[in-house]
Amino acid sequence: MTKTCLIVDDSRVMRKVAMRIVEQLDFEGVEAADGMEALTYCRAAMPDAVLLDWTMPMMDGMAFLQALRQEPGGKAPIVIFCAAETEPAKIRQAIDAGADEYIMKPFDGDIIAAKFEETGLI
Amino acid sequence: MSPEDFSYVADLVRTEAGVVLTSDKVFFLDTRLGPLARREKEAGVDALIARLRSQPTASRIQAVVEAALVPETRFFRNRSAFQTLADLSLPELVKRRGDKGLRILSAGCSSGQEAYSLAILVQESLPQTPTEIVAIDYSRRSLEKARAGLYSHFEVQRGLPIRRLLDNFEKVDENWRASAALRSKIVWSEANLLSDLSGLGQFDVILCRNVLNSFAPAVATACLERLEGRLAADGLLMLGVDEGLILPASFKPEAASGLYRRNVAFVREVKMA
Ligand SMILES: C[S@@+](CC[C@H](N)C(=O)[O-])C[C@H]1O[C@@H](n2cnc3c(N)ncnc32)[C@H](O)[C@@H]1O
Repeated sequence: MTKTCLIVDDSRVMRKVAMRIVEQLDFEGVEAADGMEALTYCRAAMPDAVLLDWTMPMMDGMAFLQALRQEPGGKAPIVIFCAAETEPAKIRQAIDAGADEYIMKPFDGDIIAAKFEETGLI
Repeated sequence: MSPEDFSYVADLVRTEAGVVLTSDKVFFLDTRLGPLARREKEAGVDALIARLRSQPTASRIQAVVEAALVPETRFFRNRSAFQTLADLSLPELVKRRGDKGLRILSAGCSSGQEAYSLAILVQESLPQTPTEIVAIDYSRRSLEKARAGLYSHFEVQRGLPIRRLLDNFEKVDENWRASAALRSKIVWSEANLLSDLSGLGQFDVILCRNVLNSFAPAVATACLERLEGRLAADGLLMLGVDEGLILPASFKPEAASGLYRRNVAFVREVKMA
């Protein structure tokens, strides 16, 4: 069965870029513009993977991640942060909060593929 | 670049480094020599080669040959082989070596990602074992980068899991620098795989990956024999994916792709004969 990847980013352009990449990796991409929207999606159907921006209106990436991990079945998705933040201490916070991997923007297809491999998604 | 110039340089690269440049590599060579010509303040690639042909000094030859070598690499390339190394091979070797510790060779180390990957594994799984990693390459420019241990945002994100990045590198402006602890485990040295390697001593594990496949078959075989001479009887050889085909019968494959062990039965037969 095709795996799904939920792409959470407030930038439409970013979502499109990520969408093209995950589709090339044979994932079905779904988009959400903030953490709230993403959480609503997850409550209906848990994705296999989440590519998660950090700074977003409404509910940011960190708040979404903490909420997701409390949901029934919310420990299952592989969550990969994909954010502009590159300070080691901040990145460690994201990992400690339960993210499986972390991508520093800017990224390319190679990096996403490498991180998907790293986390066993492909 | 004229066909004569191309074959002149291709011949140099083959005799100097063993690497075969087929005639479809004209464009490749041109784009590689362009930056070198600029650094050498030559008018262009043609002028660079003209100067080389009229005054082929050792340093000019070295610079042109190294520019023609492919430095492509990444951290933890062929991840599963590294995993096997860490989980099975290294602990087993350590058990046999005891306090003597391990010596590992990264042959054709390029800009160092392979050697740093090894250093990370050793730090994680064998923190008590004294380990020396020796990393060699023909290319001085690659070795310079390797020694600095400074990698771009893109380089560290290909193959290096985020935890390993955070645990072993520090951020310097937009780049990431290998920690002093990692760097202290590695000895970098300029060496040609076509030459005598006995000065390097003996190793428990030898990695020679994605180098032999650029050599002519006879050169690759001779190089493997030299490397075998540097490998402990119970040592391990790690080649790149799909590079095992050229391996002599004195090696047999281990569990994971790319890892080989000396074939003890074979060695014995030879000794008895
Ligand atoms: C494609 S890179 C592979 C790097 C690394 N082993 C890996 O697998 O990712 C090949 C390296 O071999 C080096 N090389 C090629 N011919 C060589 C020779 N005759 N002696 C030493 N190094 C050589 C090149 O300079 C280059 O850095």
